[in-house]
Amino acid sequence: MALLSSLFQRWRSGGATSDPRLLPEAQLSGPMPWVIAIMIALTVVAAASGLALRNAAETASADLEGGVTVQIVTAAPSERLRQAAAVVSVLAKAPEVADVRQVAQEELNTLVEPWLGTRPGDDVESLPIPALIDVRLKGPATPDRVAHLRALAVPVASSARVDAQAGWLAPVFAAIGTLQWLAGGLIALLALATIAAVLLASRNALGNHREAIEIVHMLGGTDKQIARVFQRSMAFDAAAGGLVGLLSGVVTIAALSRQFAGLGSGMVAGAVLHWQDWIVIAAIPVAGVALAVLTARVTVLAALRRML
Amino acid sequence: MSQPDAEIVQFDNVGLRYGTDKEILADVSFTLYPGCFYFLTGASGAGKTSLLKLLYLAQRPSRGLIRLFGTDAITLPRERLPGFRRRIGVVFQDFRLVEHLSAFDNVALPLRVAGVSEKDIARPVGEMLDWVGLGDRQHARPATLSGGEQQRVAIARAVIARPDMLVADEPTGNVDPDMALKLLRLFESLNRLGTTVVVATHDVHLIRKVPESLIMRLDKGRLSDPTGALRYPPRRTTMAGADAPPPL
Repeated sequence: MALLSSLFQRWRSGGATSDPRLLPEAQLSGPMPWVIAIMIALTVVAAASGLALRNAAETASADLEGGVTVQIVTAAPSERLRQAAAVVSVLAKAPEVADVRQVAQEELNTLVEPWLGTRPGDDVESLPIPALIDVRLKGPATPDRVAHLRALAVPVASSARVDAQAGWLAPVFAAIGTLQWLAGGLIALLALATIAAVLLASRNALGNHREAIEIVHMLGGTDKQIARVFQRSMAFDAAAGGLVGLLSGVVTIAALSRQFAGLGSGMVAGAVLHWQDWIVIAAIPVAGVALAVLTARVTVLAALRRML
Repeated sequence: MSQPDAEIVQFDNVGLRYGTDKEILADVSFTLYPGCFYFLTGASGAGKTSLLKLLYLAQRPSRGLIRLFGTDAITLPRERLPGFRRRIGVVFQDFRLVEHLSAFDNVALPLRVAGVSEKDIARPVGEMLDWVGLGDRQHARPATLSGGEQQRVAIARAVIARPDMLVADEPTGNVDPDMALKLLRLFESLNRLGTTVVVATHDVHLIRKVPESLIMRLDKGRLSDPTGALRYPPRRTTMAGADAPPPL
């Protein structure tokens, strides 16, 4: 940060316009770049989390969108096999169905293995596990389509239960939506905190330079000329803080990504950031600088208006 | 030729009070004309500085009418004040130099405020500092300058932009008699170029040095006109041919 400050200081003093020398360069600095760095880092992490959650939800939703599961819930193995074959046969002819297949017994055994175990001598196949039929539709599994499939299946398989796969994850999607709102709320709060910090820093700087401001006023300086000095100072502070905050945020995101990747969960695997998301994240410090500069301008102009 | 009817400043029954205190200035009426040299005298506490503050628009009066450069200064919108202030050079009694800026940057302030480019600033500012005898102290901060040097920087800053009116509050209070005379000659030179000069002082010797000057006298906030010149201002000619103040 010290190196950055020194670099920015050089740029400040080398400004081509005459404004920098209207007033001593307003020392908004102090803790301001650090405050903004923390705000930006938290905003970056919150935004990345929100975007990753959205991507995970979209990926899961796309996978399940056209998926329908038919369960044949009957204890008699022969009847179960008969009804399953009948349902596959009927649904394969339905116009909205793109693909239909009965889930093989080996796959079912694998699915229930975590709950039923694999001790030698266990006869899993003798358990009344429902037959599963995976149906892929040409479009989304709307309630009407699911009802139509049910109407086709039940006459040939009385123990058939037809469900849209997306319906099972509805509570998960609702939770993800809530978390996204939470991330948005957090970003809004961070923006408000940034505004408050900039407002206080600007007022403090105005107080420190009140005499110089009065002199510049008496010499014919305009409010906008004076405000520009404070804006420029705030822009440099916010840019330095924003850069540090962005780097910190990105490092945190990378660390979190590695942690979550280790979970190996299918849904978490969809929680990745696309290049568009990285553009949004890169824009956060820019937005932070704009917000800080605008706040400084409004604060300074409002204060100057109270002077003659 | 300056025309007496083309007044640069007009005060009409002006009063000034701070809060609910009694008036510091009461029923002040006078007219200033372009190209004239005025002294404002009076004892300490008579209201000279307050009157000057009204002149350079640092203060609004409590009552009365003030016209500056032909415009009503009382109802002047705030955003138009900078334009008027740029036409007035001010030498403050307490100098009011910007502490963080060098002597050069302090003198350059009015030019920078007016938007003059950096390449057009260095030469006139350098020359002006030479005129006030501070050519070798350009980079000095006010804190390192003596009282007299600070006063000369303040004067250089006030005249650098060739204002239409120069208002100086005790401008020679902190300099030796020789420098006081030199500064007075600088004011006279500017005056000959057409600048209206108003100098507040209680130094009678200084007033005598400018025989053609007009005198306003403040006594307990009320203005008197000992020479009658405020009521019946003489016509006078500005020296249009003069091109620069003489070196001090």
